[in-house]
Amino acid sequence: MSPAPSATGPVQGRGPQPVEGHGAGNPGQPSSTLTWSSRRLLDAILRVREVGIVAVLVVFVAVATSVQPRFIDPQNIKFVFSNAIIYALLALGETVVVLSRNVDLSVGSVLGLSAYLSSDLFSQVHHIPIVAVFLAGLAIGLACGAVNGAVVAVARVPSLVVTLATLYIYRAIDVLIVGGGMVVASTLPGAFLSIPTSSLGPIPYLAIAVAGTVAVGAYVLASFRPGRELYAIGSNPDAARLAGIPMGKRIFWSFVVSGGIAGLAGVLWAATYGTIDSTAGLNYELTVVAAVVVGGVNIFGGSGTVVGAALGALLLATINQALYVLGISSFWDPAIDGALIVLAISLDHWITLRLTRALRKGAVQHAT
Amino acid sequence: MKSTSSKWRALVGAAVALAMASVGTASPAIAATTLKKGLKVFVVPKNLGNSYFTTADSVKTGGALLALKQLGEVGQETSGTTDTPASQLPVIQADITKGANALIISGTDPNALCPTLNAAMKKGVTVVTYDSDTNCRDLFVNQASPQGLGNIEVQMIAKEINPKQPTAAAGQIAIVSASISDTNQNTWIKYMKQELTNYPHLKLVKVVYGNDDTATSVQVTQGLLSSYPNLKGIISPTTVGIAAAASVLDTPKYRGKVRLTGLGTPNEMKKYVADGTLSEFALWNPADLGYLAAYAAVELASHAITNAPGQSFVAGKLGRYKVGADHTILLGPPFVFTKANINKFNF
Repeated sequence: MSPAPSATGPVQGRGPQPVEGHGAGNPGQPSSTLTWSSRRLLDAILRVREVGIVAVLVVFVAVATSVQPRFIDPQNIKFVFSNAIIYALLALGETVVVLSRNVDLSVGSVLGLSAYLSSDLFSQVHHIPIVAVFLAGLAIGLACGAVNGAVVAVARVPSLVVTLATLYIYRAIDVLIVGGGMVVASTLPGAFLSIPTSSLGPIPYLAIAVAGTVAVGAYVLASFRPGRELYAIGSNPDAARLAGIPMGKRIFWSFVVSGGIAGLAGVLWAATYGTIDSTAGLNYELTVVAAVVVGGVNIFGGSGTVVGAALGALLLATINQALYVLGISSFWDPAIDGALIVLAISLDHWITLRLTRALRKGAVQHAT
Repeated sequence: MKSTSSKWRALVGAAVALAMASVGTASPAIAATTLKKGLKVFVVPKNLGNSYFTTADSVKTGGALLALKQLGEVGQETSGTTDTPASQLPVIQADITKGANALIISGTDPNALCPTLNAAMKKGVTVVTYDSDTNCRDLFVNQASPQGLGNIEVQMIAKEINPKQPTAAAGQIAIVSASISDTNQNTWIKYMKQELTNYPHLKLVKVVYGNDDTATSVQVTQGLLSSYPNLKGIISPTTVGIAAAASVLDTPKYRGKVRLTGLGTPNEMKKYVADGTLSEFALWNPADLGYLAAYAAVELASHAITNAPGQSFVAGKLGRYKVGADHTILLGPPFVFTKANINKFNF
């Protein structure tokens, strides 16, 4: 499969390509016509999203700290990270799906199912190694993701519908299995429960591991063919199909990745909270989608990065924590999250408009 | 467990206007010679397979069926598989058909069971509710009074902070509650504030709400710790909240330094009691509740007592009980779980 790159703009092989991702911009615009200066402009603008989130984050932390200096207390920083970890992981998986113009609403239910089934293994199987429990959670997630992916890719049902259905189905399976019971902390080994709390100064080791995972994810998506093809599918599905991209295969695997990550996140959820009933991960999908959008990932696919999404999760966790620390009623939390989503989408729209204009200008200059 | 805990709170709230009921010293040797033997008594929990009710009902734990066995009655536990009237009602009807003399019921709904239960009472079947009341019964055996629950939580946190002289306990404390609109939680908190006037050096600085959601309860607890670095203690009058708060405090930084107590279930709290994150918390002993309900049912069915306020009887090892206002019997003060007794419980 070797598409003609110049005909399909976004579908070029490897290496960061500033053009793709802006399906709304001008997908038919051959990138070879870009001048050096507009390339630089594009690069700069593309980075704005991540920079923008970091800026909002810094401002927020500064404001919170000026009101309550203990907000940057190492212990509080640790709390913020520990709350962001699970959302950042889920946002990573969600981004992989959203990039190809799909959505995975079942992540919270997959997390819940995995959290219970994997942590219950500690009481079912004596002396089971912790690694085996993580692998079990991963396997549960991969299986759930494979079901999602298969229905979306093979049966061609919109992912919104499929994962809305599995959101309920996976949760129902969870409730049927768990019943009125729960996994309690006394059945979990101490080494397992201390995974989320052990840290390097204020930064949990887990946060470092998640950051590493996000970095690997970012590299794979930016530099390898399957990753680039996800962007291409999201930018312009028709063009991607014409270019010979195996869309079904790519979309299937994106759901498998998202499911697997949700499965792993479930095991971490169990280790973090220690008490697991059938409500683990309830309503997480909306926060995850919010983190992804706030992180600058286009909800219609084709643009955005996993780094942005992870930063989005960190920003939401920070705001959440700030409200509790500052003693502001947590009823404000959803409102602030909502405002951030609107802000992020407006920013995205504005950037796209600017970009389109810049591209046109570049093309005109080149032509003359 | 969340749903179960909210049910518990719901029914505790149902008994706000409760008179003093349990009185004094146990004298289990008094044999009630007037009690009939061989009565068919059906114990109908909200649903089967619920560890809380298994504790309340079974012979092994010392619950309702043990009391019935000791009294020489024919006891049986029956119920549906889900916690709904639709699942419980057919079972109750079948029990009546089988010739029940008495029913001991934890109601899945205050009204839905009433047509059936009223008809049964007309036919002379004794109906006693326990754990969760209905609007149609001869007696309700209530597990704890709101004031009792509020008081003991303050007493426990004072003891945690200053074991030698609880009344001199000093410092900031906070409450991790369920939701801001939860009537029962608010009633308990009201009684806690009342009881706190006896502890002049304890200062309640904040009530936060974790909505009975584990993750939210964890976050509000973290928020408390960050904004009140001198916090000495946390009370969480909800089973979800106390387990979540314990998971936050279960680190070397906080363990033993920020004290914790409240209402919890033994299984959820076992780890935290074992590692010293907290040393005691309260609830009631479900087995005692079932045991008392069984005695009450047999006394009534034998016409040894009526359900009129002021009537009294001896409930075996638990001692003498008196029927209070609204035909209700109060089990007694909340049961305190400690390292010494927690492993005897499995719910």
